Amino acid sequence: MPEELYDIETTIPSNPIEEFLRMDRMPHIWCPGCGIGTTVNCFVRALQTSGLDLDKVAVVSGIGCTGRVAGYMNLDSFHTTHGRAIPFATGLKLANPELKVVVYSGDGDLTAIGGNHFIHAARRNMDLTVILINNMIYGMTGGQAAPTTPVGATASTTPHGNFEETFNLPFLAESCGAVYVARWTAHHVRHLTKSIKEALAKKGFSFVEILAPCPTLYSRRNKLGDGLDQMEFYRDNSEIKNGADTKTVTLDFQGKITVGKFVDKERPTYIEAMNQHYQKKYGERYVPSDEMRKHFHA
Amino acid sequence: MHADPIGVLTGAHFIDGDHACSEGAIAAGCRFVAGYPITPSTEVVERIAERFPFVGGVFIQMEDEIASSIAIQGAVWGGKKAMTVTSGPGFSLMMEHIGLAAMTETPCVFVDVQRAGPSTGLPTMPAQGDMMQARWGSHGDYQIIAIVPNSPQECFDLTIHAFNLSERYRVPVMMMMDECVGHMIERVVIPSADKIEVHNRKVYDGPKESYRAFETGRDLVPSMVKAGDGYRIHVTGLTHDEKGYPDMSVSAQGKLVQRLMDKIRIHTDDIVMYKEEDVEGADVVVVSFGITSRTAIPAIEQAKAKGLKVGHLRLVVVWPFPEKRIRELAGKVKSIVVPELNMGQIVYEVERCAAGKCNVVSVPHAGGTVHQPKDIFAAIEKSLRGT
Amino acid sequence: MPRNEIKIGGFGGQGVILSGYILGRAASIYDSKYATMIQAFGPEARGSACSAQLIISDEPITYPYIVAPNVMVLMSQEAYSKFSPELAPGGILLTEEDLVATHNLRADVRHFSIPATRIAEELGKRLVLNIVMLGFATALTNLVGRDAARNAVKVSVPKGTEELNFAAFEKGYEYGLQLREKAPEKTFA
Ligand SMILES: Cc1ncc(C[n+]2csc(CCOP(=O)(O)OP(=O)(O)O)c2C)c(N)n1
Ligand code: SF4
Ligand SMILES: [Mg+2]
Repeated sequence: MPEELYDIETTIPSNPIEEFLRMDRMPHIWCPGCGIGTTVNCFVRALQTSGLDLDKVAVVSGIGCTGRVAGYMNLDSFHTTHGRAIPFATGLKLANPELKVVVYSGDGDLTAIGGNHFIHAARRNMDLTVILINNMIYGMTGGQAAPTTPVGATASTTPHGNFEETFNLPFLAESCGAVYVARWTAHHVRHLTKSIKEALAKKGFSFVEILAPCPTLYSRRNKLGDGLDQMEFYRDNSEIKNGADTKTVTLDFQGKITVGKFVDKERPTYIEAMNQHYQKKYGERYVPSDEMRKHFHA
Repeated sequence: MHADPIGVLTGAHFIDGDHACSEGAIAAGCRFVAGYPITPSTEVVERIAERFPFVGGVFIQMEDEIASSIAIQGAVWGGKKAMTVTSGPGFSLMMEHIGLAAMTETPCVFVDVQRAGPSTGLPTMPAQGDMMQARWGSHGDYQIIAIVPNSPQECFDLTIHAFNLSERYRVPVMMMMDECVGHMIERVVIPSADKIEVHNRKVYDGPKESYRAFETGRDLVPSMVKAGDGYRIHVTGLTHDEKGYPDMSVSAQGKLVQRLMDKIRIHTDDIVMYKEEDVEGADVVVVSFGITSRTAIPAIEQAKAKGLKVGHLRLVVVWPFPEKRIRELAGKVKSIVVPELNMGQIVYEVERCAAGKCNVVSVPHAGGTVHQPKDIFAAIEKSLRGT
Repeated sequence: MPRNEIKIGGFGGQGVILSGYILGRAASIYDSKYATMIQAFGPEARGSACSAQLIISDEPITYPYIVAPNVMVLMSQEAYSKFSPELAPGGILLTEEDLVATHNLRADVRHFSIPATRIAEELGKRLVLNIVMLGFATALTNLVGRDAARNAVKVSVPKGTEELNFAAFEKGYEYGLQLREKAPEKTFA
């Protein structure tokens, strides 16, 4: 998809974001220069313009630095266990399809310990928006290697350098059936905001990967400077390629970063498939839950 | 409240314990089940899968037991009553989420149809080896409720009770079945919906400003709201304050954990459930639970026929343990005999309560089948020797 | 009626489990007795000789497994070799005449047989062999009443096959009744 067709909102509303955050929980725990806060700003901006009823938006996080996002959002928010945000969110969504359920968690959380849930939710096209903060490291526990730590980088558990291949997450998500797949960095605030907004509007499993600096445990250990240096690196080394073949978007240690919206397609979501199946098979005999019925008549 | 008639198959049925458990869940108002197949519990979810499209329920077969045991908690916060079902190996995988449910006070039911372990063990054969795991399996200190049925009829009745207790106290409740009871087919009478008592969680509907999600009155059980109600709740497995916000202080930890314990402790007298027969004036009391309570009966009858004064106390609710009653009994009888399909678990509780006041004899069994009544009889006789 | 332990054996596909289920259902739902059925699971259930185990009693059933069956209904040779030695002394053995050769039968066993397969074939459906055997067992034991058994057949067989199954049940029942009248010993389990 050519860049021009992917119009970027040039005006970001400047409404205060305070009403979206639990200000009584500030200051937050994130380190200076940490990229997570920037992504939360983008998420808030996306919510502001999404038109969603915020009483009907729920955020579910796993455990990690990113996992703390749920706790700062002034929404119904659930801070669950490590790796299990997606199955919790699955139950929540199926109980009440009217909710917009957003999973906000870390790379380790969602693709190491929670990898199995990630691929199955994508396969089912479960109606969830998954926002993954890829800082290429386990932040919360002190900088251990993640499935996203590039070959050649060091982490506290790969002190001699990492030699394990990484996941190419957009490719993983697409192969498993995600209907919306995008990757941005914390530098690309406008694109990112727009992308989150699209993901929120999407039915089914939408996935946004965000590269964000962890100066404390990733950048410094790998002699990449601080958060600002990392943001500059993103700026100088990212290439926007909307519609790029996800096979080609692998991330290397300090290599080029392909960003953009890679997948935006339609296929029946889990909830649609389930209801259509039973309706077709059993007609009037099928008794959907009240919430399901309401959702479908709306 | 009474059960919703849509889910209630009133009448007399000839079904197994697993299916009776499914029917109990439906009658109790359970409308979300997540599970992963494992013998000998699979029949529970198979029946749920069959029945749910017609009663407004959602069943999902998850990718594993870890997912199942937390999907139900998502559904509960979405407003449903929910349950997951498993056996030994799957139960082991669920432990972290039993702790999560205890910590976040998420009412839900875990069904464990026990089979012989450890590890894969004897997948198709009975045991009662998960009793301590049910109580202590997740890390940290917390309280749960565990119920042990001994027949398909009880699988029905007590599954309803399990939901009622979980809703009342906002704790995870374990239905500790076993392969024998799960697969045994017997008559199960399902009453009409208006005869089935159903308890629902206390719901908060006051003003948003003054809502504190984990504030409680004297019963120590907070009222609940659900996602989407506009209260913008925060629920976390971290130690939290009354608002639900993380609080990493020693005092918050002390306060929260103490309440989670006390919430069950102060209601123990209402929660414990046991059935006694000929306990008054007995020299020996057999303390049993689940399928073992049935195999104990021929042994007790045999002993009575020989002139021994034997009583029977069957634990229906095993956790919380009826400490008070066992302590009382220990002061009156000469011995307590504890047969169980494990190498000795509940006997430790009995010993603790007996505190040396009477002889306590374990009748262990590694599982795979049930006790031979003659082994329990021998233990009854032996328990009186030297007393 | 004291505790009766019943074992029904045959090979997979003969409807062994269903016949046990119907008998138990008849006793517990339509005859107000107690019945406990245990299905064989696991490796035991995989072999070619499969079985249903049932206890029927006027008293609540405590010990859930059968120890020494006093009634056995066997529909295959393999089931006969495997299970018949377990039969309690003086127990009743009911066999399918053409499928089971009862060699080395213990003298204490009271044995009756019926050409159930042939009867089922005459009715046009070999599949109802198990229901013929059920009718036969109903006649030759006091486990359940005829009406109770018929009621249980009705609600347990696939819809639309009730008449065929009733016919099968009646044939087996009549056959059994004749043998019962001729039997030297008049007490039955
Ligand atoms: C079952 C379990 N295992 C391990 C941990 C410890 N742990 C907490 S967060 C974390 C990794 C977090 O990494 P990531 O998901 O990338 O989040 P980040 O902190 O980088 O945002 C680990 C291993 C845990 N909480 N639970
Ligand atoms: S450790 Fe890294 S990811 Fe965690 S808050 Fe600090 S900078 Fe952010
Ligand atoms: Mg990380």
